[in-house]
Amino acid sequence: MLLFLLASGLTLIFGVLRIINFAHGSLYMLGAYLTYTICRIFPNYWVAFLFAPILVAFSAGLIEFLFLRPLYKREHEYQLLLLYGFLLILDDLVKMAYGAAFKIIPQPPSLQGSIQIMGREFPKYSLFIIILGPIVALGLWYLFDQTQMGKKIRAASFDREAANALGINVPFLYTAVFMFGSWLGGIGGAVAGPLRAASPGMGLEIIIMSFAVVIIGGLGSFWGALLGSILVGEVLAFGILILPKFVIIIPYIVMVLFFLLKPQGLFGKGRV
Amino acid sequence: MSLIGVLAILLILPLFLPEYYIAIGIEIFVMALFALSFNLLFGYTGLLSFGHAAFFGTGAYACALTLKHISSSVFLGLLGGIILSSIVALIIGFFCVRFTRMYFVMLTVAFGELVYNIGHKWVSLTGGDDGLVGIPISPLRFLFLPPFNLVKLSNYYYFTFVCVGVSIFIIWRIVNSHFGYVLRAIHENSERVKFVGLEVRRHQLLSFTISGLFAGLAGALLTVFEGMVSPASLYFTVSAEPILMSILGGTRFFFGPIVGAALFIIIKDAIQTLTEFWMVWMGAILVMIVIFLPGGVVGFLHSRFLISFSKSRIR
Repeated sequence: MLLFLLASGLTLIFGVLRIINFAHGSLYMLGAYLTYTICRIFPNYWVAFLFAPILVAFSAGLIEFLFLRPLYKREHEYQLLLLYGFLLILDDLVKMAYGAAFKIIPQPPSLQGSIQIMGREFPKYSLFIIILGPIVALGLWYLFDQTQMGKKIRAASFDREAANALGINVPFLYTAVFMFGSWLGGIGGAVAGPLRAASPGMGLEIIIMSFAVVIIGGLGSFWGALLGSILVGEVLAFGILILPKFVIIIPYIVMVLFFLLKPQGLFGKGRV
Repeated sequence: MSLIGVLAILLILPLFLPEYYIAIGIEIFVMALFALSFNLLFGYTGLLSFGHAAFFGTGAYACALTLKHISSSVFLGLLGGIILSSIVALIIGFFCVRFTRMYFVMLTVAFGELVYNIGHKWVSLTGGDDGLVGIPISPLRFLFLPPFNLVKLSNYYYFTFVCVGVSIFIIWRIVNSHFGYVLRAIHENSERVKFVGLEVRRHQLLSFTISGLFAGLAGALLTVFEGMVSPASLYFTVSAEPILMSILGGTRFFFGPIVGAALFIIIKDAIQTLTEFWMVWMGAILVMIVIFLPGGVVGFLHSRFLISFSKSRIR
């Protein structure tokens, strides 16, 4: 489900802006570290859970507005490179500010411990993450399918110029979508913090697997991202039982297979 | 000609530079080749590969394995590196060139990750996390000349200089050939190339393979230099290095990546003497260059001071 939160943000940004946000993993990491800092000031996890992603979204908005916008007329590759530049900057800034050690974020008291379901013990916090996934997916679906704003965004992703001609403020929309996608990544970080501790490598660790999920699910589709992340998660979980050493390769092989057989991924649309 | 002047300077440098700087020189040669191989694909053919470490690292490992298990002759080691990296490039390229732009990039990233994980986890072959150490390198015996000990730094400097120099010459001939011009055409407008009757995919695949070949050679040269190899050569961040170098130097000129590689390594070295946080500065430089100097340093020099690089200009 962590993968889903990241993948949904990535797929959203790709679907609308047609860019692969390389810095997404770093923004996720920023979310985790900000959660850590906020928890040090206000010992309530939920305050951090609320504010850290907003701060991440805000930072992302700044990046988009100041640095990405001037590049929209240029080739897509340059936008990608810019975002990679920010990956380097953010990763190092985090190391500079927090040091290289793991930062442990305590789980909120309400979610500590485990519950019994059907005779098995499940950690409450993990259940929280698992339930959060589909809730977010539903929220996203509602936003994009049912609201006016959602329709405008979809229009802008289909045809930027036509949407612009119709009076839709496309640049504003782009910034908003970039911020929203990064907000999702920030939530991912805030949620991952108590589970995995904040570390400087966490961005890189998860971002490439997220790419694989996004491709398997189909670029631009959240249901695809949801299904893709479930698929990858299960494959990894069962793979450990069968081929413990090479398990991490399997998602990439699945991705390659998808590319060969169904390049749009599970639910993707558009040409490849 | 200024080129001969530069070459002459490079040749006499090891005579008076301390060992540390000779090592940096070797590193620059190797990375210049790596960056040049990348730019063949990016600047000329228009394909952004974010997984080039796969070929670099494969070349490195293949060379190491050849030297360890088959023969400690450096020529065979380099040959082993070239052969395996070309094969890997051919296979990966076959899948990647069927897709356009963003999808191509993602696929190269994923394949890069795949190769890294294979190299990292196949412990029996690659030594896993520890990599392979203690690789035997026997002195070079070329025809009737006396044996040339490659472990001595300045000797290896000249050896790398020759290898990289020959490679650069070959790449120069490739990009200025009919094939090279087709690649440039594909970059500008692949639709039109199809209408002229040329096979775009095949050219892209060939470009990809050649690029992988030289990247592998660079990796192999590094292995001989370091006497060891580790999964670090396959990691994602290594894939980014030729990209940063090419952008820094300029992707629109033949010599851009070479200049970029030199600048990158020198700047990184300088920053590292001041702080361990060199990435943030590199990232900032990348951002600045992408926004303000898209032609890189060489591009900037060309447009501003009209220093004539026209013969090496790509488009």
